[in-house]
Amino acid sequence: MAQAVRVVVAMSGGVDSSVAAALLKEKGYDVIGVTMQIWPRLAPEEEVRRGGCCSLAAVEDARKVADRIGIPYYVMNFGGVFKERVIDYFIEEYARGKTPNPCIACNFYVKWGALLRKALGLGAKYVATGHYARIDYDPSLGRYLLYRGLDPEKDQSYALYGLTQDQLAHTLFPLGPYTKKEVRARAGKLGLVVAEKPESQEICFVTGDDYHSFLREFIPDKIEPGPILNTSGEVVGRHRGIPFYTIGQRRGLGLSMGEPVYVVDIKADENVIVVGTKEEVYSRGLYAAEVNFIPFERLNGEKRVQAQIRYRAPAVPARIVPAGGENGEELVKVLFDEPQRAVTPGQSVVFYEGDLVLGGGIIRERL
Amino acid sequence: MRKVYLDHGATTPVDPEVAHVIYRYMVDEFGNPSSVHQFGRAARKAVEKAREQVADLIGAADPSEIVFTSGGTEADNLAIKGVARAYRKKGNHIITSAVEHHAVLHTCEYLEEKEGFKVTYLPVDGSGMVDPEDVAQAITDQTVLVTIMFANNEVGTIQPIAEIARIAKEKGVLVHTDAVQAVGQVPVDVERLGVDLLSLSGHKIYGPKGVGALYVRKGTRLEPTMHGGAHEKHRRAGTEGVPGIVGLGTAAQLRKDHLDEYTEHLIVLRDRLIDGILDGIPDVKLNGHPTKRLPNNVNVSIAYAEGESMLLNMDLEGIAASSGSACTSGSLEPSHVLVAMGLSHELAHGSLRMTLGKDNTEEDIDYVLEVLPRIVERLRKMSPIAPAQREEKVSNV
Repeated sequence: MAQAVRVVVAMSGGVDSSVAAALLKEKGYDVIGVTMQIWPRLAPEEEVRRGGCCSLAAVEDARKVADRIGIPYYVMNFGGVFKERVIDYFIEEYARGKTPNPCIACNFYVKWGALLRKALGLGAKYVATGHYARIDYDPSLGRYLLYRGLDPEKDQSYALYGLTQDQLAHTLFPLGPYTKKEVRARAGKLGLVVAEKPESQEICFVTGDDYHSFLREFIPDKIEPGPILNTSGEVVGRHRGIPFYTIGQRRGLGLSMGEPVYVVDIKADENVIVVGTKEEVYSRGLYAAEVNFIPFERLNGEKRVQAQIRYRAPAVPARIVPAGGENGEELVKVLFDEPQRAVTPGQSVVFYEGDLVLGGGIIRERL
Repeated sequence: MRKVYLDHGATTPVDPEVAHVIYRYMVDEFGNPSSVHQFGRAARKAVEKAREQVADLIGAADPSEIVFTSGGTEADNLAIKGVARAYRKKGNHIITSAVEHHAVLHTCEYLEEKEGFKVTYLPVDGSGMVDPEDVAQAITDQTVLVTIMFANNEVGTIQPIAEIARIAKEKGVLVHTDAVQAVGQVPVDVERLGVDLLSLSGHKIYGPKGVGALYVRKGTRLEPTMHGGAHEKHRRAGTEGVPGIVGLGTAAQLRKDHLDEYTEHLIVLRDRLIDGILDGIPDVKLNGHPTKRLPNNVNVSIAYAEGESMLLNMDLEGIAASSGSACTSGSLEPSHVLVAMGLSHELAHGSLRMTLGKDNTEEDIDYVLEVLPRIVERLRKMSPIAPAQREEKVSNV
């Protein structure tokens, strides 16, 4: 009998990754469960307090699940790479007036970086996660393709656009063809203790989703009050520090200007927040950097796509055009058919063709 | 799949003979040793017999010098805090080494932070050895205790305790040694060593977990850390854990009776394993002293292969080993022992500890020698290639 193919499943202790592990085991893979411990070092009381993904409580849940489905289970420490690539990046981006997406950085560098390396080192052919997305190999293109998960409510392909061919070749998404409802039912049928666990949505390393306190703790010197200007350059108020503002924000500005105003620009160099009217929050396009394409290596001309500028935003019709760049950087210009609200530098723009993920990049600048 | 247990430094299986005795003292002879009736008397008798057996194993002149504890960690705590507090008027200085077990290191740090003691952490050489001359230099008129381990739990290096004790004695300073890893493996004789306090543990010598003992030389003052009844001659309050204590006593007896054959068996296997690894895998360094090491300890640093990855791969092949000591695995911090010995962080991360036991066979060793080179080869093959490609790709986009 041929030896079963080995898969390392990243287990968070939640429903999705638990069912992913169980499904792979059912299919006859040689499954190993791994929980990534990502906090460098915590005081004991802090460890107990902190819930959520990748916490000690999560380790206990994942361990129970692994035991239940009968697979070896390990906790691996990725504190170093997580701090450097995710937490530090998160903090620096806010200090630069951007709005980072730490989950995408975690995918790039931790799950499909450090964890994949460890998995290959354990003799595994694949890393699997509980993401709702699908991978298919297209022999005519000779490339691995990435598609949205079948459940439109749960599709997580947005955060996966950066996967390279090499990474996709070593990845399984067992939940791709299922809906969340089916996955929960599956968890119940398997008697998994996590079947009723609530969704986790917040940023896993920020307690209680309070990123303001988090930033105050880590970059107190970067938080400096400054002026709020209108689009004509007139001072209309004071801000509490640029990391606390994001493009499109209306609440908490402390301004009364007779009409609703929104953050339309964050100038980190000048420590300035710019507000404008509802119309001024809209952009006709953007420049994207650090671009990755999946069905092809690079963009060689204009292409019609559907572009998605936030995790939960709808994909809207747009054109993408190669836009060159300095120092060998390959920027892509995105032009929406209809102007879009709150294009936010630091977030990612992802290009689709129906369910097919063409690729994406990080929003550098709005047009 | 073949199962090979090579982590006896973490814990050992309970000897069946020991388990039988424990069962008897849980079910049949269940009395409280402090009770006056026959049930109590039977338990008392068993505890005192165990005390003799433990005293006998380590050459203590009088069984009353043995204090039973909940294990090695408590014995270390009792020795260090007990002496430090009892002799506080004499001075506030403690000497230890950088490679001690955390039970000793963290206790010393605690006294430093909370009770105003000063602690000297002596360095070690490349083989993990403390220089007795450093001990002599470090002693001041404030020094109340020298605590140096008998043998290191990670790299197995055996310290020159007799010489250290002689130096300390000359200057009137008490000496404690954590002998948790050494007792039962090599001859340990408190009289010949000249130490005043010595810690040992049940579960490292095929006895149960949750029991240990501290040898306290007659005349040594000790401030108890547990308060309650008058148990253990006021040195350790709490009803004696009779089953554990008789288990420890029986285990001590067995180790003493079989010490020579056991040691010989381990040395043969150990050297077979060391030679096999050094011959079979390039770029490997043996950590610890080449000869002055525990008969059961193999600790190697394997370049370009991470300890954690080797460990998990071995587990998947049925081999139980450890990377660093059991208490610190799961943390990314490189072993404080290997760092103190001057190893680079890379080599410290690539360390693997295999600790043999009495039931291991040559076949076990040969199985490891068949499996390990394969694992190392795989890890090395992908360590420079796959990650480099991916890293480049990610940072170029």
